[in-house]
Amino acid sequence: MYVAGCDVGSLSTKAVIMQDGDIIASQVIFSKPDPAESAREIMDKVLAQAVLTQADIDYCVGTGYGRNSIPFANAVESEITCHGKGAQWLMPQVHMVIDIGGQDAKAIRLDDSGNVVRFAYNDRCASGTGRFLEVMAGALGVQIQDMGDISFQAKNPVAISNQCVVFAETEIISLINAGKDLADIVSGLHKSLAHRVAALANGVELDREVTMTGGVAKNQGMFTALEAALGLKITPMVKADPQIIGALGAALLARQAVNRAA
Amino acid sequence: MIVAGCDVGSLTTKAVIFNNTRIISHALIRSSFDPAKSATEVMNKALDAAKLTMQDIGFCVGTGYGHARIPFVHKSVSEIACHAKGARYLLPSVRTIIDIGGQDCKATRLDAKGNIVKFFTNDKCASGTGRFLEVMAKLLGLELSELGEISAQSRNPINLAATCTAWAQAEVIVHLNTNTPKADLAAGINEAMAARVAILAKAVGVEKDVCMTGGVAKNIGVVQAMEKQLNVPIRRLRVDPQIIGALGAAVIAKEKMGEK
Repeated sequence: MYVAGCDVGSLSTKAVIMQDGDIIASQVIFSKPDPAESAREIMDKVLAQAVLTQADIDYCVGTGYGRNSIPFANAVESEITCHGKGAQWLMPQVHMVIDIGGQDAKAIRLDDSGNVVRFAYNDRCASGTGRFLEVMAGALGVQIQDMGDISFQAKNPVAISNQCVVFAETEIISLINAGKDLADIVSGLHKSLAHRVAALANGVELDREVTMTGGVAKNQGMFTALEAALGLKITPMVKADPQIIGALGAALLARQAVNRAA
Repeated sequence: MIVAGCDVGSLTTKAVIFNNTRIISHALIRSSFDPAKSATEVMNKALDAAKLTMQDIGFCVGTGYGHARIPFVHKSVSEIACHAKGARYLLPSVRTIIDIGGQDCKATRLDAKGNIVKFFTNDKCASGTGRFLEVMAKLLGLELSELGEISAQSRNPINLAATCTAWAQAEVIVHLNTNTPKADLAAGINEAMAARVAILAKAVGVEKDVCMTGGVAKNIGVVQAMEKQLNVPIRRLRVDPQIIGALGAAVIAKEKMGEK
């Protein structure tokens, strides 16, 4: 039995194929303006990796902001549910998932079976999402994936006083002009974003253990900044790319649907 | 007796030279990084226009975010108080003042005597400040001053769903890619702007007469959208709405002179 999960996000699109209880293929691409096109492309890519065709897939669950535009999805599920499922399957001890995506952030509290107990969500203000780092990377002229490494060279992290993406962008331009060290600025930006995401997470009452999902979780600087902001250790997602957890959760739900039908 | 008011804002710096009965001259420049330099420059410009020198100024009040750095002022007063004073000087019946500046906005309610009853400020989020319009104008390839006029030609204003400037930017880009007329974009942007500031105004309680001050008040699209949002007429002021803070500072300077 082959099942698939497809997560069409605002910035990246992810897909996972599972055979019985194993992940056999996973892929990540940048999203296109058309979510249907993103879904088709990621699916072709992940099918090629697994050496399968669409006809081999017994069931596919779609998720992400573009989930209703996935032409081949048998069902759709919210990202909250999918991130909870995916994280709990990989790490049964996890009761709290913090997902920072390209255009949103979520804090999800789970019960022992991985069901969502409570969650908080921000997609209204860009400054609490991955977009914050994306805009700042642009202003600093660095690649977003390099920000983590850069931040570890910081000696004196700069305090960023503005929360708003628009105002903070101006602020860091003046910091650069004032001759501030790049690493110190980047580290300050991580701290600033971590502070806002921690406020979201504290709103759902933290429960151990905590893990991080989404593309921003790959940024080691953000990871440690969030640990500092929460005042606890976060258990890293080591068994799979944290960016594919939504798609993995979707695939797990697809497996459940097939098993239920059988 | 000649007095002056100087308002060092984040984006523009303004000065007004005033005697007992009228505005003798005023000046407006773009703020530089150095508030002291901006203040001196705008003051010299206003003094030149009035054919006066600094020695002729009996009292000068400073205001605006850079007020603490103005070298020549005798006293600093909050922007809220200055805008209230300036608006009331021009329109004694004013009770609600909506000031939208380059990086903040404020709604202030006055009692019948002109005392400040309640005010709210937003300087945390760019949406609902002049910065929102600045970002959008740049995106549309328009001058900030064109946003108001062009929106008058709109038949079908777009509806901006996002509050956040960063998200609204993405929304406008999608519209630009689908060739939505610029007038419809500008009108939707002005309406979104007014809707945000109206929340602040409603929170202080809108009482007639209402006026708008600050640079954004020059945008007729935003003013009309605000009238619709608040369901009250916005009284137009007879001088440039952008100099009201500096005017209020000058009026306060005159009062201080009188006390001496």
